Amino acid sequence: MADLSIDFAGIKSPNPFWLASGPPSNSGDQVIRAFDAGWGGAVWKTLGNPIVNVSSRLAAVDYSSQRMMGLNNIELITDRTLADNFREIAEVKRRFPKHAVVVSLMFDTKEEWHDAIRRSEDTGCDGLELNFGCPHGMCERGMGSAVGQEPKVMAELIHWATEAATVPVIAKLTPNVGSILEPGIAACKAGAHAVSLINTVQSIIGVDLDRLVPLPRVGGASSHGGYCGPAVKPIALRMVAELARSPEFTIPISGIGGVSTWRDAAEFIALGAGSIQVCTAVMHHGFRIIEDLAEGLEDYLDEKKMTRVNDLIGRAVPAFKEWGELDLNYHVVAKIDPEICIGCGVCYVACQDGAHQCIHLPGTLAPTGHEAPMAAIAAKKAAEAPEDSPYRIPWVDETDCVGCNLCELVCPVEGCITMVEKRRADEVDTWNKRVAEGRDHVPGGLSDL
Amino acid sequence: MSSGARWSISSARLETQLQDRKPIYSTWEATAEAGRCLYCHDAPCIPACPTTIDIPTFIHKIATGNLRGSARTILKSNLLGLSCARVCPVEVLCEGACVYVGWQRPPITIGRLQRYAMEHGGARGLLPKAKRSGRTVGLVGAGPASLACAGTLARFGHTAVIYERDDLPGGLNTTGIAPYKLQADDALEEIRFIKSLGVEFQTGVELGKDVSVDELLERHDALFLGPGLGPDSCLGVPGEEGPGVYGAIEWIRRLKLTPTFSVEGIDRAFVVGGGNTAVDVARELAGLGVGRVTLLYRRPAEKMKAYAHELAQARQEGVVVVTETAVAEVFRDAGTLAGIRLVESENGRPTDRDFGIEKADLMVVAIGQTKLRELVEMFPSVECDESGCIAIDPDTGATGNPRIFAGGDAVNGGKEVVNAVHDGQVAARSMDDLLREAPAGRREDG
Repeated sequence: MADLSIDFAGIKSPNPFWLASGPPSNSGDQVIRAFDAGWGGAVWKTLGNPIVNVSSRLAAVDYSSQRMMGLNNIELITDRTLADNFREIAEVKRRFPKHAVVVSLMFDTKEEWHDAIRRSEDTGCDGLELNFGCPHGMCERGMGSAVGQEPKVMAELIHWATEAATVPVIAKLTPNVGSILEPGIAACKAGAHAVSLINTVQSIIGVDLDRLVPLPRVGGASSHGGYCGPAVKPIALRMVAELARSPEFTIPISGIGGVSTWRDAAEFIALGAGSIQVCTAVMHHGFRIIEDLAEGLEDYLDEKKMTRVNDLIGRAVPAFKEWGELDLNYHVVAKIDPEICIGCGVCYVACQDGAHQCIHLPGTLAPTGHEAPMAAIAAKKAAEAPEDSPYRIPWVDETDCVGCNLCELVCPVEGCITMVEKRRADEVDTWNKRVAEGRDHVPGGLSDL
Repeated sequence: MSSGARWSISSARLETQLQDRKPIYSTWEATAEAGRCLYCHDAPCIPACPTTIDIPTFIHKIATGNLRGSARTILKSNLLGLSCARVCPVEVLCEGACVYVGWQRPPITIGRLQRYAMEHGGARGLLPKAKRSGRTVGLVGAGPASLACAGTLARFGHTAVIYERDDLPGGLNTTGIAPYKLQADDALEEIRFIKSLGVEFQTGVELGKDVSVDELLERHDALFLGPGLGPDSCLGVPGEEGPGVYGAIEWIRRLKLTPTFSVEGIDRAFVVGGGNTAVDVARELAGLGVGRVTLLYRRPAEKMKAYAHELAQARQEGVVVVTETAVAEVFRDAGTLAGIRLVESENGRPTDRDFGIEKADLMVVAIGQTKLRELVEMFPSVECDESGCIAIDPDTGATGNPRIFAGGDAVNGGKEVVNAVHDGQVAARSMDDLLREAPAGRREDG
């Protein structure tokens, strides 16, 4: 049984799953129920000076029958009094001394930051998260992502926080930047003990086409919001991995962005995350999803003979390379299994119109010299098939196949299309190697005209 | 004679007590099911539809929320897409050909998606209207074949006038569809759509009495015959004629349209026949709460023409199926149906092996309809085959008379609505060719 407990930049937690700062961590009652359900930690809904919220606040993108593939919000930081929040944080920490309770803060002046940090630490909290990520509303007031997008300002605020704090300080980063390396390395150099990312992505989630008002609608208008949920996971994974592989970046990462399943969590951890924060999936399905998250991760670690979460952290980072380092002699071709193909033709259309025209209908034949082992068999079966039940299984011209994966991606039958390795040459060749050896001229360019 | 603008029916029809067995999908249900469609290349569902609707395209449009476009895709191939969505035996047509079936998985519910698209995508104003050609076609009968033919002709710019003996248009679509699939008010709504294409209706017009064949040929450049079939066939057993015994078409019509009609006091009902109409009547009786409903069929079960899935559903609903049994005699007591004598039947023929007398409150005879040979033969050079069906060229719908075309049950002996629609549309296209080629002859007045 793998040990799920973690020590994240000095913050101890019975498992790596924390509620991210947001609606699920808005009150003591919620966090207590989350911890009772099995969550390892919680980053409290961001505290700051009182704000006023709008109604409505959320809108979502559905995908086919799946609701809330992506969620967008225009809610601000806590709208409850600081006194109530601090009292409840202290109460939670008393009842759950071994759980990680992190207070998220967003203030303006140095005095405010120092005052808020002292009052937060009075609750007995385990860490602080500085909200430099919120990309809507608060940034108009010079806070949130307005700070996260200015590495120098952010570094100064980190100094303010670390000079006052006795517990670990996590800087929460915004993805709304050109390169995540800049703020990430700045936070590291400024002395933050860890970073967390990503915060939400600036977005307009849709438009009410009857009223011609963007969503979510506040009367006759809307504002841009922060996008989150399963749709943003690929963006978050890339940013986490980008920091994790940078030699200049040396502090732990708390991974956030669309985590809904144990598999998502394992991917974040493999790309360098030391703890995982979840918000949208809890908003959708409730605290109960922790059972699947923890159980799935534990079983996965057991299956891979890893005894601790630490064993997995960053394990996929060395394989995350620049394009120029990829092996140009690695090659795969598509194989269609005629025993299980249902003849829907979806791969045929995709390959003909959206890829490289190497999947063909039965009855046609490959050009002489092309490798297409199934073409003749398909032609024979097509000729023999009765008129009312035509043979519909397509074949692959392996000489033309570039190995793009598209057919495999669109095929509805699991295992029907596989990409089979067929190297172009034994030795490894990369673009960077070609450049270094002066072999990077590819015929057909402007210089050959 | 009436131009039939209103076609009003009572809301207190017995059929309204029967529940829709495939209620319309919610948006989420439709989107989920549409998302499951693989959007096959050269999809096998398309040729399995007699009207070759581009099914994957209309389903894709449901998934994207383009419901008007979805309905337009359906209507381009089938003007009666709404009723076909609800009455087609999709299990043996489009859904039966779905690639999921070969994969041992449930097929896409094409019929229900089509209904969703048609009911939400609306039908009026979706199709462009062509310039008026000045040509005119008369259509005999207002059933699905004529409706589809007339609507198509109207879209091509021709004047189409439907002559119907009944006061209500629609033929069996209005009077004969099992209520759990389609009720009369919905059928009439679809006919109002056909009317909106510019089709004229003359209902309550009897051929040979209110209008003659010569008059029709004089008034119109071409004619389409879609009269359907005649009255119910009889068993021909003693006592058959009289109270308590109905032909199936007659009984279903009352169920669907006669406000005072009821099944009160009927506990023991027999339906005679082995086709889909017999199964429909039996299921309707069971659905209306008749205690014991028995389907009597003269041959073994495997010879029944009814769809296996519908027969299975009938059994689930409590219908008892008795095979190789025939009715030999009908008894009444003081003018009220009292019982029927059953005998064993061999090779479809009654024997003298007596099964005794069964108490009966109702007997519905569903053994098919007679042919309208006499009506057909009023038209010059239009011929029937030996079974009484109108002989046509299946590729064009043309009869022996170059100006007269035909389709629907009168041609095929009684098939599905979608087959009638196909016939009507094929004939309309041939007539369009004919009307555009021929020198201008009879032009419409005004």
